[in-house]
Amino acid sequence: MTFKRLALATAAAAALATSALAEVKVGMITTLSGGGASLGLDVRDGFLLALEQSGRDDIEVVIEDDQRKPDVAVQLADKMVQSEKVDVLTGIIWSNLAMAVVPSVTAQGKFYLSPNAGPSQLAGRGCHQNYFNVAWQNDAFYEAAGSWASENGIGSVILMAPNYPAGVDGITGFKRFFEGTVEDEIYTRLGQTDYAAEIAQIRASEAEMLFYFLPGGMGISFMKQYSGSGAETPVMGPAFSFDQGILGAIGEAALGVRNTAHWSKDLDVPGNADFVAAFEEAYGRLPSLYAAQGYDTGLLLVSAVETADVSDPDAFRAALKAADFQSVRGDFAFADNHHPIQDIYMREVVKEGDVVTNRIIGTAATEHTDAYGPDCNM
Amino acid sequence: MTLILLVEQVLNGLQFGIMLFLLAAGLTLIFGVMGLINLAHGSLYMIGAFCAAAAAAATGSFLLGLVAALAGAAAAGALIELLVIRRLYARDHLDQVLATFALILIFSEGTRWVFGSFPLYLDVPEALAGPVTLPGGIQYPLYRLTLIGAGLSVAAGLFWLIARTRIGVQIRAGENDREMIAALGVDIDRLYTFVFALGAALAGLAGALVGAIQSVQVGMGEPVLILAFVTIVIGGIGSIKGALVGAVLVGLTDTLGALFLPALFELVMAPAAATQTGAALASMAIYILMAGVLIWRPTGLYGARA
Repeated sequence: MTFKRLALATAAAAALATSALAEVKVGMITTLSGGGASLGLDVRDGFLLALEQSGRDDIEVVIEDDQRKPDVAVQLADKMVQSEKVDVLTGIIWSNLAMAVVPSVTAQGKFYLSPNAGPSQLAGRGCHQNYFNVAWQNDAFYEAAGSWASENGIGSVILMAPNYPAGVDGITGFKRFFEGTVEDEIYTRLGQTDYAAEIAQIRASEAEMLFYFLPGGMGISFMKQYSGSGAETPVMGPAFSFDQGILGAIGEAALGVRNTAHWSKDLDVPGNADFVAAFEEAYGRLPSLYAAQGYDTGLLLVSAVETADVSDPDAFRAALKAADFQSVRGDFAFADNHHPIQDIYMREVVKEGDVVTNRIIGTAATEHTDAYGPDCNM
Repeated sequence: MTLILLVEQVLNGLQFGIMLFLLAAGLTLIFGVMGLINLAHGSLYMIGAFCAAAAAAATGSFLLGLVAALAGAAAAGALIELLVIRRLYARDHLDQVLATFALILIFSEGTRWVFGSFPLYLDVPEALAGPVTLPGGIQYPLYRLTLIGAGLSVAAGLFWLIARTRIGVQIRAGENDREMIAALGVDIDRLYTFVFALGAALAGLAGALVGAIQSVQVGMGEPVLILAFVTIVIGGIGSIKGALVGAVLVGLTDTLGALFLPALFELVMAPAAATQTGAALASMAIYILMAGVLIWRPTGLYGARA
């Protein structure tokens, strides 16, 4: 499966790269090796799928691996801007890498489309007319989870996240719209793999619900240990802790968990079912929300290329801002700070046949937009 | 804070420590006998977990997964000893660190090449799933209790092997004077390969056992490798007994530190700040422990006196 996927992606990249009359050159810097490579792979594959389906041969894509290292990402960005002469950059997964790359490339007049990271700085004071976030501002899923919990009568929660900026931001985001009491806040070590101590604390607490944000392997470890511990507090989190790649490794231990996301593969909007089927056929696995974000980023780019010429930055920017494409998330628009206005849903982890996956059970926030927009003076 | 919570955390610390011992024992044996710093030990831990996950997925049996982990890690250990490590014994530690660091990169990308970038699924066997109720009404996961038991049995077996068998005598002799035991007709090359494979197998076993409750993914070995090094430095490099005591100390300090330090700071600070400061200090606790031990005994608790 891996080989097939890689072969397809390479073939797609090669096909795009060989087109002689490329009018738009895109530089994709994403994480393709090391821990967290699965996110970059999904973004890349979703993005390439959208370009392939558009049938256009005037978009050339250069793909590089940032290894999840800010210094590598900065070097790659310099190379793409100076020697590859790209018009548009995209692909970065992690907020710290985005902060290292985005301000410098947008200042050099390049466009940047973020398929994942949405640090608050870039949504507020540090916003830029050439920066478009196609995914979310980092706080979005947490805020939606907090307001969902309040609306559904959850009176008390226990919160848990790794002790690093994104973790602390997540907890802050949850509390922004949560009206009940916070029984306890647990900050774990980044990269921690054993959660026995925290689980004992959670079990000893009286909270009605546990809300946690533990990305990647941390979430897998925690959920497996939690379900085996006999603890019964219901669990909720942002979709990052329960995307398709993670659910495959947690298995049935995750059943019943609630999580917030702007997309789900069962979301009933035009084009979504076709996207899921096409992605599965092309790459042999179910798409994750990262794949959906990559796909939407591709659709956005194609929509802008169709109406404007990238050599005219003002027209191209207006075409991007219009967001004239059918997002697989449904209604999608850019707010004035170029961050999404979109609905955020509550999903539940269920078993479909042999596959553990997510299903939408309700809407957590309608036309959600971030809290930092007012700080942005574009 | 209740007594039940305390007992539970002590058990957690013990379980963590015992698993750390499995990793540290191999590391300390290899350093003690061959004088080699093996950074790739964490990769062997990862290989154990991946072998177990692959075998368990193919056969549906966790036990066969464990067998595969032992065999896979031991084979990988023997292979790298024969191909790479053997050339490094006479070199200085910097060369060893460089070469074994290269092995980490090779094993990580090799594993990704074979198994892909997505974490693998490996779960606790059905019979050991769920919690049991201990005397005093403490609910504790059965699998973690089993880990403590299994780890202690392996430790006992290892002590027996080193203290009571012929091969153990050779290992101890090799630690003291390798030229002399070579002169006495012991096949030192074979002994080295055996010790390396034994250390690798223990690491692989730890990877498989822990993999069932953690995430089986590329790079899982590196964070735990650092803890294993801390353990053998505390215990005294080369000492199996030191590795056991050091591992349990590290396990208990880490677990109980995470529990008590935030509570302690709450006495003098606002809750939110106390949680963060406590959590930050708790993650430093084992290094503070290491520094303390080294000031008191520069060669570790059971290390040979310089």
